[in-house]
Amino acid sequence: MQRSLKRWWPVFLLPTFAAFCVGFIYPFIQGLYLSFCKFITIDNPTWNGLANYIYAFTDASFRQSFLFSAAFTIVSTLAINVAAFAIALALTRAIKGTNLFRTVFFMPNLIGGIVLGYIWQILLNCVLSLLEKPLLSLDATYGFWGLIILMCWQQIGYMMIIYIAGLQSIPSDYLEAAKIDGATSWQTLWRIKIPNVMPSITICTFLTLTNGFKLFDQNLALTAGEPAHASEGLALNIYYTFYARSGPQWKGYGQAKAVLFCLLVIAISLIQLRATRSKEVQQ
Amino acid sequence: MKKMLALLLALTMAFALVACGGNNSSNTGNNSGNNTANDQTGDDSTAAGGEVYYLNFKPEQDAQWQELAQLYTEETGVPVTVVTAASGEYETNLMSEMGKSNPPTLFQVNGPVGLANWKDYCYDLSDSAVYGELTSDEYALKDGDAVLGIAYVIESYGIIVNKTLLAEAGYGVEDIQSFEDLKKVAEDITARKDELGFAAFTSAGMDGSSDWRFKTHLANLPIYFEYQDKGISSTDAIEGTYLDNYKAIWDLYINNSTCSPTELAGKTGDDSKNEFLNGEAVFFQNGSWEYANLVGEGKYTDEDLAMIPIYIGAGDEANQGLCTGTENYWCVNNSASEENIQATLDFLYWCVTSETGTQAMGGGEGAMPSGEPGMSFVIPFKGAIESPNLFVKQDAEMLAAGKTPVSWNFTTMPSEEWKNGVGSALTAYAAGTGDWDGVVTAFVDGWASEYALANG
Repeated sequence: MQRSLKRWWPVFLLPTFAAFCVGFIYPFIQGLYLSFCKFITIDNPTWNGLANYIYAFTDASFRQSFLFSAAFTIVSTLAINVAAFAIALALTRAIKGTNLFRTVFFMPNLIGGIVLGYIWQILLNCVLSLLEKPLLSLDATYGFWGLIILMCWQQIGYMMIIYIAGLQSIPSDYLEAAKIDGATSWQTLWRIKIPNVMPSITICTFLTLTNGFKLFDQNLALTAGEPAHASEGLALNIYYTFYARSGPQWKGYGQAKAVLFCLLVIAISLIQLRATRSKEVQQ
Repeated sequence: MKKMLALLLALTMAFALVACGGNNSSNTGNNSGNNTANDQTGDDSTAAGGEVYYLNFKPEQDAQWQELAQLYTEETGVPVTVVTAASGEYETNLMSEMGKSNPPTLFQVNGPVGLANWKDYCYDLSDSAVYGELTSDEYALKDGDAVLGIAYVIESYGIIVNKTLLAEAGYGVEDIQSFEDLKKVAEDITARKDELGFAAFTSAGMDGSSDWRFKTHLANLPIYFEYQDKGISSTDAIEGTYLDNYKAIWDLYINNSTCSPTELAGKTGDDSKNEFLNGEAVFFQNGSWEYANLVGEGKYTDEDLAMIPIYIGAGDEANQGLCTGTENYWCVNNSASEENIQATLDFLYWCVTSETGTQAMGGGEGAMPSGEPGMSFVIPFKGAIESPNLFVKQDAEMLAAGKTPVSWNFTTMPSEEWKNGVGSALTAYAAGTGDWDGVVTAFVDGWASEYALANG
């Protein structure tokens, strides 16, 4: 087996690698080049030097949307993971109908972001109008919390499944030994369960963190950045930079922002991976 | 075990290959779905000496363009592909399509500001036969002497009136000849709203599907009157001399509507249209393109409806006509091959001169050879047939009566961003979370800063 793998690995690896090059590496390099250019279509860019990056760094709306994205990411990462873990704990106990509940919680994840955004917009606007409060697109605070609610509703189920898998893979003798030693359920949770599901926590925080920064569909559909760009995340800001004004320079500015955005997300997720990985224990 | 593993790996690889292939084929599937003509004649496309690829802006006319493309191919053997971008996604689609190896040979821009993006890609149409068919030079989009775009449809907008309801309230269309009249009628209807059972205006929704009616179309009026006063056709800094009138008409819309002004932020274009169709309101600001949505089976008849000018209490109201103009210009891609450019020009000429073409573009019910309704466009070409569209006919009547149409100056608005800023401020003003100064700032200061950004 090992030998034939050694001989045949290119057959298995190369198609995927080729797809990765065509679909990721090549566009990424081209995107990097375009971020120094002015362009309308990507095949006739004109060199623009560092002007795009200077604009991106001095643009107040980009900074504001960064703050919005950062706040959103922190709150949503915490809320989603805490809730997903709590539900996973509840649904790994021997209670009736766990499978049904798992399915129900997972289902929102099957609906696309744009659709969810519009549905939640209608729901939340109805509630706000009954409470005689300003609607979502008038108040950035409501827009922010609306997005949090929407993302929690969509993602908790998905993260829950990952946590359930993690919890179920904890060897039962650990839990039994703890019980015999007289550990309370609180102690079991903190000393046994959480250290043992660290790999799941790594994956889930990685996913929620990057999803938080990359948030686009839901943002566009729920608030579209209203009022006056106050509820606009980074991805939406880049989109508006690209399309809200005509002229080749704007595509360049947008592209520079997109490259910065990409580097930022990569950096943050690497830091997060390193931090949570170091807490993982060997079973 | 070994065999099982090998089988599994082989399956994984096969799956990866299929997944990639699947993606590709679904892409071409998309194209061919829109484009049966190309497939049928794909083989002799080179023999015929060129082909046409039209990236269409108007989703509501997609079916007609597809049929027209097929008819043209049957008649001449030249393959014509029509792809229609989803509403609001034209610019995005155009950008990506233009970057491909087979870019559109025919595309659209919305006016001088849209042209700024694409002028390097526009073929000079000044020697083309289709340009010679234009009834007036004002429908050509020029850059110096070069004709880069040709308008292919003229549209009008104003306030659509439900005459039946207006009569129930005790008025006729002829009672409304000025802003003062409109205000009087609207406020009287609001005062008797419970007794009458309907409101004056449909909701002025500020959702993205409807806000263009106010941040773009209604905002055209103060811009138009300012341009008229100064004798200009575009500017780098708007003064906002008629913003008080803009405020007056906006106040009238939001305070005499089917819903409370605080709810407008979430109201959609469909909400507004349905309110009008259900007889919940008398007035509905919209354009001739709404005709097919309002008239027909189970809807209104021509007798029920009329379109009146949007009076804002500025200029010579007695002689004010509908807002008439265009934001649909055809442009031919100059980076296409010689044969394709020629094929495109021939196709355009055929569309605006042949019987099939003019019928399809200008006709209403049953105008397409397949029996489907035509596009009901008013086309600014010599061979145009009379449109069955009521609002278009009214525009012609007003013109004949010596009224001056309000031109579409919103095509000179500096950017989408400017429109969004005004829209945001209008929404906040309506809901009470912002004040009118916010609108003035977005309108006047926003114009100057956006103009500088877009042209800097």
